[in-house]
Amino acid sequence: MTGVSVLRAGLMTTIQDEGRWGYQAAGVPVAGPMDGWSHRLANLLVGNPRDAATLEITGTGPDLRLDRAARLAIAGATFSGHLDGRPWTSPVVLDAPAGSQLVFGRRERGFRAYLAAAGGFGAPLVLGSRATDVRSGLGGLGGRALRDGDRVPIAAGRRGAAGRVAPPDAGWMLPEAPARLRVVRGPDEDEDADRAYEQLVSGSFTVSPQSDRMGYRLSGPPVGIGAAPRISAPVVAGLVQVPPSGDPVLLMADRQTTGGYPAVAVVIAADLPRAAQLGPGDRLVFESCNQDAALQALLAIERTLLAIDGS
Amino acid sequence: MKPRITPLGDSALLVAFDPVIDAAVNARVLAIAARLRGRQVPGVRDVVPAYASCAVHFDPLRTDRGRLHAAVDEAVASAGGDAPAATPSTLRIPVCYGGPFGPDLGAVAVFAGLSEDEVVRLHAQHDYRVFMIGFLPGFAYLGPVDARIAAPRHPAPRPLVRSGSVGIAGRQTGVYPLDAPGGWQIIGRTPVRLFDPASDTPARLSPGDMVRFVPVDRDEYARAAAGTS
Repeated sequence: MTGVSVLRAGLMTTIQDEGRWGYQAAGVPVAGPMDGWSHRLANLLVGNPRDAATLEITGTGPDLRLDRAARLAIAGATFSGHLDGRPWTSPVVLDAPAGSQLVFGRRERGFRAYLAAAGGFGAPLVLGSRATDVRSGLGGLGGRALRDGDRVPIAAGRRGAAGRVAPPDAGWMLPEAPARLRVVRGPDEDEDADRAYEQLVSGSFTVSPQSDRMGYRLSGPPVGIGAAPRISAPVVAGLVQVPPSGDPVLLMADRQTTGGYPAVAVVIAADLPRAAQLGPGDRLVFESCNQDAALQALLAIERTLLAIDGS
Repeated sequence: MKPRITPLGDSALLVAFDPVIDAAVNARVLAIAARLRGRQVPGVRDVVPAYASCAVHFDPLRTDRGRLHAAVDEAVASAGGDAPAATPSTLRIPVCYGGPFGPDLGAVAVFAGLSEDEVVRLHAQHDYRVFMIGFLPGFAYLGPVDARIAAPRHPAPRPLVRSGSVGIAGRQTGVYPLDAPGGWQIIGRTPVRLFDPASDTPARLSPGDMVRFVPVDRDEYARAAAGTS
């Protein structure tokens, strides 16, 4: 099955589908796209089902050669680049002929983009998913990020998928300065957690360089110093933990399945794409939110995708 | 024992007992998790038990909240923890202790004020319960470790702990299923594979199982390793 040849892999490019669900009880992380909304948009734009595998592109994008013709879409962080010399700016849908070269150039806003190909990128299913978890060495291409010289197959797409156009508000998740991440209270209900939550929602934080797909270490005013550790308990994406150091950690896609630090707040699902678009040096603040508002926010961004799907 | 049931973000619920490492509490958690998995509530995408709590992960856009809460309430009310559903199996795990396989065995001996042989004897003398799987795929948290050898973990993790390494961290013991950084006190190594991603049940151990470590020498280790590769 032909697809793309990786001429230059970029900073961190991995195959991702919607994640490896159902095995956290065996200690297997979910992984999957950091910005699940942009992953879905890219798939929608080329007529793929939502769980088709895309390439998650981080920071610096790749140079790829198309070994076969393919309809491509790029969504998420705004990149400029060219296809056989013809410039493009994302979000975009491209019909790439066989032998053409797709080059990612300058990144304008955001940190992660998703490249979808009609038919989906191919990788073996591992525990039901193609998502790459580099720490466990599972999924994707050999359980690792792409390297120069790799070949990634593209499965055959459905014929005649209508051309689609990205909506004007496809960049809603791109960072403002500071980015606002809405949170609900975490499950810990003691004085330490109360105090730490107040500190979280009144401070301003920066994504430190010690940040990756497992989670972001945040620098800023110390939070929850002296809070006692807990016995290991299950965690979720978006959980803000407070280790003894006082630097909060925001758990992301490749997080471990359980953790022992105080669990003070959780970023709402609707704001995880926004969190995913932050890179080292970006500033953020946390805003208190309730469960009803969290659901309304999720419904709103879902409606945007459904509107495209119906077009 | 009545647990709290609280949101864990907007896409999960947490059923939490008082946080203790206790076999009876853990058995109750496992029973609740098994019951919830069996109910197969639409929209639920994972049920994850730990020492004294269990998370139910769901897709907020595909889940009927009322139905989910009713299922959780029913599981909490009806899942008993007094008798296991099936007799737990005891897995005997051969371990070559010390030497190059156990770089921290000496330190644990110093901590305990005992000889290395005594530490090994205390580690291998009784069955351990699997309380939960976490931290790494297939990593089983086993306990309780004899207090005399319950050395605390290193202040900073080792960059690389080899797959199969047997470690102690306080009253917990465990086996690393992959090469990974880690802070546990490494006292030996086993050739037994504890994680197989090609299997539908990828973790060799399940919570509630019992484990017995069996000291073996280098030759036996090599023979067992050849057999399992």
